[in-house]
Amino acid sequence: MFRFLISRLLQTILVLYLIATVVFVMMKAVPGGPFSQERNVSEHILQKLEEQYGLHDPLHVQYAKYMWNITPKRLSPRALLAFDLKEGLGIDFGYSFRYEGRTVNQLIAESLPVSAELGFYALIIAALLGISTGSLAALKQNSSWDHIPMAIVMIGICLPTFVLGPILILVFGFWVPEPFRLPVLFWEPSYDAPWLESLRYRILPAMTLGLYYAAGIARLTRGSMLEVLGQDYIRTARAKGVSPFNVVVKHGLRTGMIPVISYLGPVAAHLITGSFVIEYIFMLPGLGRHLINAALNRDYTLIMGTVLVYAAILILFNFIVDTLLVWLNPRLRLRSNA
Amino acid sequence: MGMTRRHILWSLIPQGILLSLFTLVFSSCTESRTPVEIASAQGMLLLGNGSEPHGLDPHLTTGVPEHNILHAIFEGLIAYHPTDESAPEPGVAESWEHNSDASVWTFHLRHDARWSNGDPVLASDFSYSIRRILSPALGAQYADQLIVLKGAEDFLKGNTTDFATVGVEVVDTHTLRLHLIGPTPHLPGMLKHNAWYPVNPRVIEAFGSIDSRESDWTRPENLVGNGAFRISRWVTNSYLEVLKSDTYWDADRVRIKGIRFFPIEKASTEEAAFRAGQIHYCSNIPIDRIEFYRSKHPEVIRFDDYLGTYFYRFNTTRPPLDQPLVRRALTLAIDTGLIVREVTRGGETPARGFVYDGVSGYHTPGNIAFDPETARRLLAEAGFPEGSGFPKMDILINTQEAHKMIAEAIQQMWRDHLGIDVGIVNQEWKVYLDNQVNLRYSISRSGWIGDYVDPITFLMIWTSDSGNNQTGWSNHRYDELYKQVLVTGDPGLRNALMGEMESIFLDELPVAPIYWYTRKYLLHPDVKNWHPKLLDYHPFKFIQLEPTGFRL
Amino acid sequence: MPESDPIINQAFPLPVRSPWGEAWLRLMKNRMAIAGLVCFSAITLLCLLAPWVAPFDPNAQDLLKGPTPPGSSHWFGTDTLGRDLAARTLFGGRISIAVGFAATLVAMTIGVAWGAIAGYSGGWLDSVMMRIVDILYSLPFMIFVILLMTIFERSLLLLFVAIGCVEWLTLSRIVRGQMLQLKTMPYIDAARALGVRRVRLIIRHIIPNLLGPVIIYSTLTVPSVMLLESSLSFLGLGVQPPDSSWGSLINDGAEKMISYPWLLVFPSIFFSLTLFSLNFLGDGLRDALDPKSNSA
Repeated sequence: MFRFLISRLLQTILVLYLIATVVFVMMKAVPGGPFSQERNVSEHILQKLEEQYGLHDPLHVQYAKYMWNITPKRLSPRALLAFDLKEGLGIDFGYSFRYEGRTVNQLIAESLPVSAELGFYALIIAALLGISTGSLAALKQNSSWDHIPMAIVMIGICLPTFVLGPILILVFGFWVPEPFRLPVLFWEPSYDAPWLESLRYRILPAMTLGLYYAAGIARLTRGSMLEVLGQDYIRTARAKGVSPFNVVVKHGLRTGMIPVISYLGPVAAHLITGSFVIEYIFMLPGLGRHLINAALNRDYTLIMGTVLVYAAILILFNFIVDTLLVWLNPRLRLRSNA
Repeated sequence: MGMTRRHILWSLIPQGILLSLFTLVFSSCTESRTPVEIASAQGMLLLGNGSEPHGLDPHLTTGVPEHNILHAIFEGLIAYHPTDESAPEPGVAESWEHNSDASVWTFHLRHDARWSNGDPVLASDFSYSIRRILSPALGAQYADQLIVLKGAEDFLKGNTTDFATVGVEVVDTHTLRLHLIGPTPHLPGMLKHNAWYPVNPRVIEAFGSIDSRESDWTRPENLVGNGAFRISRWVTNSYLEVLKSDTYWDADRVRIKGIRFFPIEKASTEEAAFRAGQIHYCSNIPIDRIEFYRSKHPEVIRFDDYLGTYFYRFNTTRPPLDQPLVRRALTLAIDTGLIVREVTRGGETPARGFVYDGVSGYHTPGNIAFDPETARRLLAEAGFPEGSGFPKMDILINTQEAHKMIAEAIQQMWRDHLGIDVGIVNQEWKVYLDNQVNLRYSISRSGWIGDYVDPITFLMIWTSDSGNNQTGWSNHRYDELYKQVLVTGDPGLRNALMGEMESIFLDELPVAPIYWYTRKYLLHPDVKNWHPKLLDYHPFKFIQLEPTGFRL
Repeated sequence: MPESDPIINQAFPLPVRSPWGEAWLRLMKNRMAIAGLVCFSAITLLCLLAPWVAPFDPNAQDLLKGPTPPGSSHWFGTDTLGRDLAARTLFGGRISIAVGFAATLVAMTIGVAWGAIAGYSGGWLDSVMMRIVDILYSLPFMIFVILLMTIFERSLLLLFVAIGCVEWLTLSRIVRGQMLQLKTMPYIDAARALGVRRVRLIIRHIIPNLLGPVIIYSTLTVPSVMLLESSLSFLGLGVQPPDSSWGSLINDGAEKMISYPWLLVFPSIFFSLTLFSLNFLGDGLRDALDPKSNSA
């Protein structure tokens, strides 16, 4: 187990550096300088700016500086809790090219907690909705109890989020009778209010986001439950007279959840880094907006910072999931050590 | 199989619970007032403000959203009047006078004007600020607003580095004298613009040099202003909050506690926020909602005159747009009346010329109108009969629904009347500005709002030097006339000169004027003292919030 | 990801003999899957025949008419520029479905080739190729699609390629997984021992067995591609006006849905019906190829 962990850790670090290199190469290959400002800034000002950002150094020097900047040089858990990458890990992504005077570190530190919190709520909703629907559908395969709940859950992936969101806003923000209405946008109240009030603002975006992933989870649950329920030992349990509920929960879910956990790894990572559409529609200051805006704005440093953070989180979650799987399924343990 | 109904229902419960749980539990134990009602009671003004501000440096920003914030946290010599856009309201300057031909102005600064860090606002601060924006290294886009100052142009162009040659005289700690190149009776109006705002020299120097663009001084924790409000919080992509400033000389008059600016880009989202009672002011109404508010809730929708022109820019360096005939043909083939009646529907006026008609008694000599036959004839004369041989080009727009609709309508009009094919390309705001500035476009959708109430602000952008030209067009006579206008005091003569300038402009048509703006927005009745202004500047120190209990 | 992916192994077990007939029978029992097949075919046919079926020119504007609700002359109503919505929906469907198929085809080609080569070769080549897939998987693909779309001139072809380049990753993993299993199958060894040439081996024995999962996954990729295209429209990077795709129509409709609900309703019905159909069909195919299914 320990050897597995160490080898995966080293692989992870290597992959992260490779990704950083890929991103660096792409940034250099993309045409269009980052400094065409809103005015014809004179040549020598342009030069000065480019020097400031080190764009005139030879390529390998730029690469070395870049690699050094993104390498963790220290470890301060307290700073990390505040998502401060600079103090916590010594990683410096530099100044954003489009947001004047703000550093990429700062932008990430502000937006990551927002996306993460929203993602957490959405994950809970998606998991509850998805697993229950999927299990039910598996138990009553090919009947109405299979098709209808699955169809309802599939709305999440059959309608784009920028349609679902406004529809949910319309229903829960305007059509529902007054006391039950939810706020239609923003991350928190615009006036002094108790903390619980903020949660109301997060319900609609979490629901919209959760619906999307609920479909995938439901499908997977259904598929793997079907798989598991067809196994011999399940038939034995049923033959022995174990109640269907126990069959599902005690025997089926444990093995059935393995592919779901596998799927949830990248999903959790995506949820944490935020969905641009949701954040845009509901005006949430999350990381997803930065990711997309960076690309739209050609904000090179922001692109690099957000891509690396995204990759790191994804890899981290894959790692957690793999570890979980190996622990849950002893057969894999043997294979990976071989 | 042996599964009973009961078990099936059990499995369905989680689905149902989730839905009810969230709405019921969280909704019922909270406020019954709308956010706007609470905010009004607390004195917080909630404004929809277009897009995320790019920065807060008064000498470097150019956009409207930034400007709305700037005039809350900074104050120039002259401030905005609550009701009359042309009238000067004393700002840092409590009084002023000028010499007989209005070429030398003396301003008396009030002694109780303070920066938010407690420093007194001095005449030397203004001198420093003027020097800053005129510094060539800063590359300020609006630096040419200050060309009326003697010696400013030379300093700006780098012909001299001696600031003493510029007509700014610090008479004493609280007296500032400006020497202009010629009679400028409308100077007070010009001074309201953020290009003339002061900055605190000590703060600037603490974070960089006078002309460094990249500096931390505009960060919320560092920024020092002298306005009625001070910046309190800035959450990127969420909101920017300013609170009443205790150091402001007129703090007693400021009735609201603070303002939150929300950068809501999508018009439909902003309108939804207004309808849900989450903001007091919706700056951008989606076109499809205008009729609804006009008929059902006229008390919240406003249509104010707005000094601006919506037009399509031509890149005159790209053939065949280098031919005036072609540009004229394209312009005349646009049915501007149809566009304002059926597409934008906000009561805009089709533009006969470029300068907003009637500004300060000036009337545009233009007579542009929809004329498809002439347009066809001109295009044929230019060598593209029935549009054959006309190269495919794109209309560049920034990503917004209204621009897209207008572009599609015009695309069809050009196809129907001229037989030419154009594409539509939309880009994100900054990239779009980039491409326009660097002439990387063929046709580009544009808008120009006057910087102050005077026709010259519509005409000065087309001189060869102007950074706002962005078409590659230049005309020697036009530039000469402009220089003459700068030193002409007599209003009649001035108007005549400007009329001649505009005539030249309309002969060559480096742009296709489409309509003159109307400012349409939604305002909650709780907001008092918000008057229609020609340039849409609503000085926040006069605004009051009265909870009226109004609900849509 | 661990070397042997449990979901892939469990979901697509290899048949010992080719039970296409059996699978087809199972598929027929799945009412929703068949409904999906029929529905999707109907919609595709309708859109294909758009130039003959559509009552109006999709780009013909009538500014004076403006947006009108569905009525006798315009079955789906008109949009804000007076264009017939039914025509725009049908023509838009052509583009959306084309993007769906073309991009999936691109993804299939790259993915199958990549996975097959990696799986078949094994050893260090396999490791390297799958590591590359891992790395690409960790990158936020939206950013690269956006960069691609903003750098190069906007065109439909670019759209196909950009989206396809992003969707091939999972398919390559699946194909590789299948290959790994196939390699160990005794009848492959037997064929090799008998001296069957490699090419013949690939064509006669390997490809038919890869076909199952590839078809399933591709059927499920098309809806994903169409959703991606609609997200690009949301960002303003989809098809250029005046052309429309379901994504751009839905986008427009969503913004104006309170004032002119028909602008959203009709394109959304087509869009979601198509996606539902494909999803159910894909799920049905997956069930059908799985002999351990409960109802067998």
